[in-house]
Order: sequence, then structure tokens, then C-alpha cells
Amino acid sequence: MSFDTIASYMPLLLQGALVTVQVTALSFVISTLLGLLLALMTVSKVAPVALAGRSIVNVIRGLPIIVQLFYIYFVLPEFGIDLTAFQAGVIGLGVAYSAYQAENFRAGIEAIDPGQVEAAESLGMKSAKVMRRVVLPQALRIALPPYGNTLVMMLKDSSLVSTITVAEMTRQGQLIAASTFDNLTVYTLVALLYLALSLPLTFMLRRVEKRFAIGGKR
Amino acid sequence: MITIEALHKKFGETPVLKGVDLRVERGEVICLIGPSGSGKSTLLRCINGLERYDDGIVEVLGTPVDRDKKSIHEIRTQVSMVFQRFNLFPHRSVLENVMEGPLHVQKRPLAQVREEAQALLDKVGLGHRGDAYPQQLSGGQQQRVAIARALAMKPKAILFDEPTSALDPELVGEVLKVMRNLAAEGMTMVVVTHEMGFAREVADKVCFLHDGRLVESGPPEQVLGAPEHPRTREFLRRILDSGDAP
Ligand SMILES: Nc1ncnc2c1ncn2[C@@H]1O[C@H](COP(=O)(O)OP(=O)(O)OP(=O)(O)O)[C@@H](O)[C@H]1O
Ligand SMILES: [Mg+2]
Repeated sequence: MSFDTIASYMPLLLQGALVTVQVTALSFVISTLLGLLLALMTVSKVAPVALAGRSIVNVIRGLPIIVQLFYIYFVLPEFGIDLTAFQAGVIGLGVAYSAYQAENFRAGIEAIDPGQVEAAESLGMKSAKVMRRVVLPQALRIALPPYGNTLVMMLKDSSLVSTITVAEMTRQGQLIAASTFDNLTVYTLVALLYLALSLPLTFMLRRVEKRFAIGGKR
Repeated sequence: MITIEALHKKFGETPVLKGVDLRVERGEVICLIGPSGSGKSTLLRCINGLERYDDGIVEVLGTPVDRDKKSIHEIRTQVSMVFQRFNLFPHRSVLENVMEGPLHVQKRPLAQVREEAQALLDKVGLGHRGDAYPQQLSGGQQQRVAIARALAMKPKAILFDEPTSALDPELVGEVLKVMRNLAAEGMTMVVVTHEMGFAREVADKVCFLHDGRLVESGPPEQVLGAPEHPRTREFLRRILDSGDAP
């Protein structure tokens, strides 16, 4: 494990790290938007909408993430939907995690005192505005800690897209290790690089949580 | 202003309101009294459509109250509500709580809304706490903010559901004082309360609700001073024994 070998591996691994960050960030955005939509569906008073929301969440949660990735990357082309490995990875991870996001958001929404909704309704607000101005701002604060945890999990689980050839960090490590047989150095570097991403992220999230807690400094 | 006729309401199979008739005229203060579970809150909540009802008429300013119709939002801007547990928005400052309705429902201009909200906070004695968050205030202060929030809508009437029941005894007075002032200014009010002193002093009419029926209504000196119905007498005796009345 000499300095020279490490230096020779680093460019590719850092390239991979960049892709890892991109995949994580994009799929996090997708999972957030889709998760929010699914959460709003599951708490809807319109029964068929709620049922549809719950069903989608249950199906997504019932499938291994890898199977979802394979499906999007290998099966969708048969229906004329061709995606690059990167696109398939981002969408697959985003969809897979939207179910967990939906559950987080739903728990937050259901934790809100019904008296809040009644107070908002009594001001003449329509239900969409009650949701937007009163329920969601409070629910999202409650959902913030699990939301942050989800981001860290997604950072780690972004390594799954290596299985569909996306050249993120784990994949780059595999490629280098396969050609050099230097497993020890390569995977130690990969592990350290994941920690270099996840530990600061975790630390940062704790601070954000504190800042946004209700009654906290704003 | 508010007309209720033969109002019936069931929760599942349990009848809770069994034919209630009540008229509230402009500027009137009506106190609703009655034992726990008699349906006071339910009656009040039917007036602004927080609760559905099964049969009968509920009208506000001539418009039927139906929580499934569009007109309900307009009705609610004209009839405000103050809750037992305040229900202030914890994620907004005191001033923002008061501004919420006029700004985001009635869409009135910000500068004007802010000025009015500040004036309302001054009026309830909390002009200096506009930047605080509700959870930093005492219960009595929170309830006064809730009253300011209700007033900010410029309502034609305000419904109060036991506004002082969740307060420590020493904080009840400050809220009742604000309500007394409102009554003196001619605000139309329907107040569910156990504060017999307040009812005697401020109410134009006291209505005694028992088991889903208004068994006795009239001026306070009659209903509280010389009740005709045995149920009313029994209820008042119990309240006096428990030391609730001043
Ligand atoms: N959402 C509900 N579902 C089922 N039953 C209810 C519901 N709300 C109220 N009830 C029942 O209806 C009856 C009347 O309730 P209501 O809250 O109107 O009484 P109240 O006179 O306001 O009593 P309190 O003085 O305790 O506030 C009670 O028996 C209560 O248990
Ligand atoms: Mg009640």
C-alpha cells in the first residue's frame, strides 16, 4: 500500500465519488418529490386516492432495490424506453426510496394535532391551503430527522447502481481491483472515501435538525 | 344572524343533538351551559361547519351551513372560532398567527394587515409579544392571541368553546376581561362556558343544554337566578358545590 499506488488509484476513485454524489443528490430529489406525492395520496380523504397511494408504497417497499434497478435498466428497453445506466440508476434509486420517504412524511403529517387543522379551517382556508400553510410546515419539521437519515442511507445505497454499470465509486473500485488484484488498498480507499462523505453529512444534518426544530432559533 | 332549527346530529348510532332551536341576533351574547357530554361543543361546531349534521337547519346570515359546499369558506371568514386549547400555529410567531387569515385567506394588503394585527395585539394587551412564539407564552396569553387571531378576520360573530377551561385559575380573569370588552363593543358571541359569573354579567341569553336538547333558555337572571327546569337547578347546584362559580 504505497503512496504511489494510492496516488494512481485516486483519480478514478474521485471521479467515481463525483458520480456517487450526483446519483445520490438526484435520486434524493426524485424520492423526495415522489415521496411527498405518495404521502399526500395516502392521507387523502378520497378513498380511491388513498388506496392507490398505499398500494404503490407497499409494492415499492416489497421489492428489492436491485430488482427495481434491473427492471428499469434491462426490462424497460423492451417497451421502447431506453435509459442510460446513469438515468436508470437515478430513477431506480429515487423510486425505490420514495416509498420510505412517503412513510416518513405520512408519519409527520399524522402526528399533527387535529386542532391545528380545525383552527386553519376556521380561518376559512381550503384544504390545500391548510395542508400547505399549517400541516406540512409542521409535519416536515417532525419528519426532518428520518429525512436526514434517509439521505445518508441513499448515499450508501447508491453503490447498488454499480450493478447496472454506473461508474460510481464502488464500480470504479471494482474495476481497479479487478485489474490490479490490490483488493486491500482499493477497498480500504473506497471505504474511507464513503466515510469521508457520510460522516460530515451526518454531522451537518444534526445541525440542520437543531436549527429547524419547532421553537428553535430560526 | 345565526338560525338553528330542529338540529339533529348523531355520532354513529348515538344521537348527540336531538332537535335544537336557537336564534342568535346581531350583537347578542349567548352563553351555552350544560353538563359534560350534553352536546355544547358539537352544537357550536355545527355553526361553522367543523361538524356535519344529520337533519335540521343551520344558517349563518341566510346561507345554509354545509361543510361540503364551497360557501363554507365564506361563512367561516364571517364566523370565527376560539378553542379551548387555543390551537395557535406553533411554527409561526404571535404576529404571524394573527396575520395568517387576513393575509392568506382574505388576501388583504400586507402593510394594512400588519398594522391591524399589531393594533389587535395591543388591544388584548400583548402588543409587545408579537415576535414571540406561542409556546413561549402562558396559556392566558395564548388564548388572548387566539382571540386576536379570530378578530383579525373582522368576523360578524365569534364562537368560543370553553375558552378558559384549559387555563390555570389565576389566568382566567385576563381572558374574560378581553371577552367582556368585546361584548361591550357589540360583538356577536356564542360562548360555551362554565364561568357562571361571566354568563350572569355579560350574557343577553343563557341556554342550558342537557342530553342534546335545550331545556331552558332566557335572560341570565331567569335561567341562572330562578331556573324552572329541575335539570337546570340540579346542574347549577352541582356547579356551585364544586366551587366553579365566583
Ligand atoms: N368525534 C366524535 N365521535 C364520536 N362521539 C363524539 C365525537 N365528539 C363528541 N362525541 C360525543 O358526543 C357527545 C357530546 O359531545 P360534546 O363534545 O358536544 O359535549 P360537550 O357538551 O361539549 O361536553 P364537554 O363539556 O365535556 O366539552 C359526547 O357523548 C361525546 O362523547
Ligand atoms: Mg365541549
